[in-house]
Order: sequence, then C-alpha cells, then structure tokens
Amino acid sequence: MKNPVMTASGTFGYGVEFADFVNLEDIGGIIVKGTTLHAREGNDYPRMVETASGMLNCVGLQNKGVDYFCQHIYPEIKDIKTNMIVNVSGSSLEDYAECAARVNELENIPAIELNISCPNVKQGGMAFGVTTEGASAVVKAVREVYKKTLIVKLSPNVTSIADIALAVQDAGADAVSLINTLMGMVIDIEKRKPVLSIATGGMSGPAVKPVAVRCVWQVAKAVNIPVVGLGGIMNAQDAIEFFLAGASAIEIGTANFIDPAVTVKVAEGIGEWLDQHGCASVGEIVGQLNA
Amino acid sequence: MKKYIKDLIVKEVEFPHELYVLLKLTDKEPLPDTRPGQFVEVKVEGSPKTFLRRPISINYVDREKNELWLLIKKVGEGTHRLAELKVNDRLNVVFPLGNGFSPVQKKGEKVLLVGGGVGMAPLLDYGKYLKDNGAEPVFLLGARSKSDLLEQDLFAAIAPVHVTTEDGSEGERGFVTQHSLLNKESFDRISVCGPKPMMVSVARYAKKANTPCEVSLENMMACGLGACLCCVEKTVKGNVCVCKEGPVFDMNDLTWEI
Ligand SMILES: Cc1cc2nc3c(=O)[nH]c(=O)nc-3n(C[C@H](O)[C@H](O)[C@H](O)COP(=O)(O)OP(=O)(O)OC[C@H]3O[C@@H](n4cnc5c(N)ncnc54)[C@H](O)[C@@H]3O)c2cc1C
Ligand SMILES: Cc1cc2nc3c(=O)[nH]c(=O)nc-3n(C[C@H](O)[C@H](O)[C@H](O)COP(=O)(O)O)c2cc1C
Ligand code: FES
Repeated sequence: MKNPVMTASGTFGYGVEFADFVNLEDIGGIIVKGTTLHAREGNDYPRMVETASGMLNCVGLQNKGVDYFCQHIYPEIKDIKTNMIVNVSGSSLEDYAECAARVNELENIPAIELNISCPNVKQGGMAFGVTTEGASAVVKAVREVYKKTLIVKLSPNVTSIADIALAVQDAGADAVSLINTLMGMVIDIEKRKPVLSIATGGMSGPAVKPVAVRCVWQVAKAVNIPVVGLGGIMNAQDAIEFFLAGASAIEIGTANFIDPAVTVKVAEGIGEWLDQHGCASVGEIVGQLNA
Repeated sequence: MKKYIKDLIVKEVEFPHELYVLLKLTDKEPLPDTRPGQFVEVKVEGSPKTFLRRPISINYVDREKNELWLLIKKVGEGTHRLAELKVNDRLNVVFPLGNGFSPVQKKGEKVLLVGGGVGMAPLLDYGKYLKDNGAEPVFLLGARSKSDLLEQDLFAAIAPVHVTTEDGSEGERGFVTQHSLLNKESFDRISVCGPKPMMVSVARYAKKANTPCEVSLENMMACGLGACLCCVEKTVKGNVCVCKEGPVFDMNDLTWEI
C-alpha cells in the first residue's frame, strides 16, 4: 500500500466520481460501494439527515448487483493503480459466498471487505455481525471460496466488539475494519415522525469518532491480525489517534462529502506528522500508547 | 463537465429582501463553464450545526464581469450564516454539479419558465441562455407577496414576465397555474423550479396541454457527486441520484401522480 489511507465504502462511489478532485492513485486503497449478489433498489427517500457533527443514512445498499459490477463497473476501474477493494454484503450465507466468489475472479481486485455490519437492511447485514456465531459462519463460508485478502467490517452495535473480532479472526479473516455506522434515530417533532424513511439509520462523521477509537483500541488488543480504523476521521490528527489505538490503516468516509480532496490531504498530513515526530513509518506508532 | 473545488471571492453582497441574500462571487481566473440549472455545494464555515455542504442553484453567470451569483433564502442556520458573508470573504464551493436544464431544441421555440419563491433563482440564468441562443423564453413567476418577487428588473430585461402573488399585491392573485396566460397562449415546452406542490400542479397543466415539461428537484443532499446515494428520487428507471442525473427531470420520468 502506498499509504495507509483508504476510502470508506458507500461514501466514495466507485472512485471515479472524485477523479476531478484527487488523483485516485494517490489514495492507498479505494473501497467501493457495497455490492450484493442481486440488485437492490435500497430504501425510500429520505435516506439522510444531518445531526450535530455528523449524519445518519439509511441508503440500504442500493446497487445493481455483482454481475452488473463485474461487467460494467469493473472495466471502468480496473486500471486505476491502487488497491481497488469491493465491499461485499448479503442477506444469507449463500449470497455472501456467491457474491465473494464472483469478485474472486476479478484480477485487479486484490481484496474484499465483508460487510457484516450494515444497519440499514432488514434481513442479514448486521444480523450476522452482532453474534459471534453469525460472524464466524459468514466468514467461514466466504473464506472457502475467496482466496485473496479478506477484510471483515465490524459493527459497533454490539456488547463486545472484541469477541466478534476474535471469532472473525478464528474463522479465517486476514484483517478487520471498524467501525461501520452506529444505529441512530432522529424525530421531526412537528410531524411526530422519524425523519428517515425506515425510522432508523447509521450514524457517521466526527460525532462517532470517540466510539470508533475505543472500538479499535479494544479490538487491536484482542486480535493479532491487522486492524483498519475508521469512523469520523476528518484530518491527519484524527488518523494518528486511530494508529495509536492500534489501527495500521484507516478509512475516510463522511469527510469526503465535506472536502472531496480530503483523502490525499490526510495522507500528506500523516507523513508530515510522522516526520515531525521522527518516525520513519506508520508502523512505528501503531498501538504505541503510553500506558 | 469537469468539476472544481474553489475558494471563490465574495465580490458583492445584496439584500433584495430581509429573507434573502444575493452573493456575487468571483475568482482570479475565469470561472469554469457551467450550464443553467446546475448547482454548487457551498461550505458553511464557523457553524458547527451546519456539517454538510449546502446545495444552491446557480442564479446567474456574468462572463464579462467573471461573476457567479447565488440567490439564497434564509431558512436555517446554514443559510443565515451565508447571509453574514462580507465582501472579500472566501466561500468554498464544489461546482458545477448536476445536469441542468435542456439546451435549446429549435430556433424560435417558446419556452415557459415557471418559478416559485426562491425557485426563480436558476431561471434567470436559463432565460438568458435561451434568449441568447435563439429561443423565446417567457417567465411566469409566483410568490406569496410582492416583496418576495426578486430580481424582477433582471428577468424583465430578458423576456416578458408574468406574475402571480397569493395576496394579489402584484400581478394576478392566486397560484401560477391560475394565471390567465395559460389559457391564452401555448408553449413548445415548460421548465419549472419551485416548491413541490407547485411543480406538481404545473406538471398536471403541462400533461393536459400535452406540452413537454421538466422540473428541477431539491432533494436533501450529502455529497452532491452521485457517490452516496442519499438524494435519490423514484423514477421509471428506479431510484436515481438527483445530484447527478438531476436536478432537472422530464416529468414523465418521475413517478409523481399527475
Ligand atoms: C439542487 C438544489 C438547489 C437549491 N438551490 C437553492 C437556491 O438557489 N437558493 C436557496 O435559497 N436554496 C436552494 N436550495 C435549498 C437549500 O439547499 C436549503 O435551503 C439549505 O440547504 C438549507 O440549509 P440551512 O442550514 O439554512 O437550513 P436547515 O436548518 O439545515 O434546513 C432547513 C431546510 O432546508 C432543507 N435542507 C437542509 N439541508 C439540505 C441539504 N443538504 N440539501 C437539500 N436541502 C436541504 C431542508 O428542507 C430543511 O428542512 C437548493 C437545494 C437543492 C437540492
Ligand atoms: C451514505 C453512506 C453510505 C454507506 N454505505 C456503506 C456500504 O455500502 N457498505 C459499508 O460497509 N459501509 C457503508 N457506510 C459506512 C461507512 O463506510 C463507514 O463505516 C462509516 O460511515 C463511518 O465512517 P465515517 O465516519 O468516516 O463516515 C456508509 C456510510 C454512509 C455515510
Ligand atoms: S447527494 Fe450523494 S449521491 Fe446525491
């Protein structure tokens, strides 16, 4: 990886939407929109509401399905010279495995991020990510058919995220990424109705960062596979917090909406911070908290 | 069309009405190409409550003066902040976004431009473009009251302006769809921007009159780039992004009950 900065799924499209603002090849990795075996229309509008220092969304994994991705989108992005990673979602073990198997055939996709933590779909999604048994089962099913790097994305909406991470590690994951969005809700008091079409949504942005840092810290202590940290990162200082908590790479999501060029700025900022602190690489600070 | 992120310079600030602000922005370099009906996403500084950018239509582009105008109605915290900008302040904008209104289809075509409230804003730029390119625009503008009718002299300098106000303080009393013009004249096509109920009733009129009609939507947006899928509208082709495939849609592509 050129640098430890990746884009968070669902916030950066397929990368090409941002090509006018950043050189995509200067980003360490691009994790594209959540992809499922079959096409999904997603939830009804309204799908988004702003909150203090953040937002809630309930997009609901709108995508045209993995075959459409392979035939129409992959050719457009396969020559972007960075790690193009597909975020895979599903509502049954079979769906997850089949979708992953098809992505396994794509030469220029070095890894998938398995989303077992989407709070916005009725079936599956997060259901797999909230129990150790569910998480283990889905990772095992995918591991059998997926031969390249398997990153598993964890939900913060659980009692012990470290336990889930351990289960996922034991089931064969190569790395974990966290956090997905936190389940939340906003009510329009005049209408006495939830603002979002399905009532609840996933919260993201700077408001969730302390929760995310805590989760990364707990998980990094528990597992021995690499941890990718995300949740509310807006600048290089935020990223450094995640490294110190134990992440060896980070993802940037919601911040792309505020500054479409934020990814490369954070990557540069991390480099500057490391220089100023006499560190040769991110590796030197990963998990290096003073007790 | 290439998109940019720029710190534009506030050149002039006008208050056509206590509820509105007109920002005239400029840049050291020539402003990039834009199409009428496209919009910008502005970053509101110093307002922790305003986390996301705010989508605002391009009101007008003056190429000679290298100015891009935004006509903004103060509704919440973000737009109130924008109204506090001073000359020489910087405003960070991502633009131009969206598809914009249809280009001229044929010389001499008569295009009715219907605007309601602050929805009038993009019609100024569109009217000028149509006029400059051999079409015949006609404005039909609706507002609550006389004082809510903005930039009237500028509209009038481009093409005939017809007005309705709900209180009858200017033009005909009532809603745009009740204006007598619609019984007297016919048009090759209609473009409309304003509150949804108004756009629905104009679309109904257009359907009855068998006139093509395009509407400009204002769904809630996060990225403005077609990346987050938050701003979708249901269409005959499924859910599509208003920020990218829109904001302008042919009424027949929408699933509105008209
Ligand atoms: C394509 C497009 C073009 C627009 N053009 C103009 C224009 O030319 N002039 C103008 O005054 N207004 C325009 N708007 C509406 C403008 O974006 C909202 O009024 C503004 O975002 C309100 O921000 P606020 O912080 O003042 O209000 P808030 O207190 O945040 O919200 C007040 C209301 O504004 C609307 N709104 C808030 N945030 C957004 C958002 N991110 N996206 C869309 N709507 C939102 C909602 O209806 C909300 O209920 C346009 C909207 C869109 C989508
Ligand atoms: C609009 C939107 C859509 C998202 N879609 C997905 C998705 O398809 N798959 C996924 O794993 N995470 C998705 N996420 C979650 C993000 O990838 C990320 O985990 C979360 O937003 C926290 O990071 P942030 O605070 O930097 O945005 C989405 C988030 C947002 C805001
Ligand atoms: S606002 Fe993000 S896709 Fe339209």
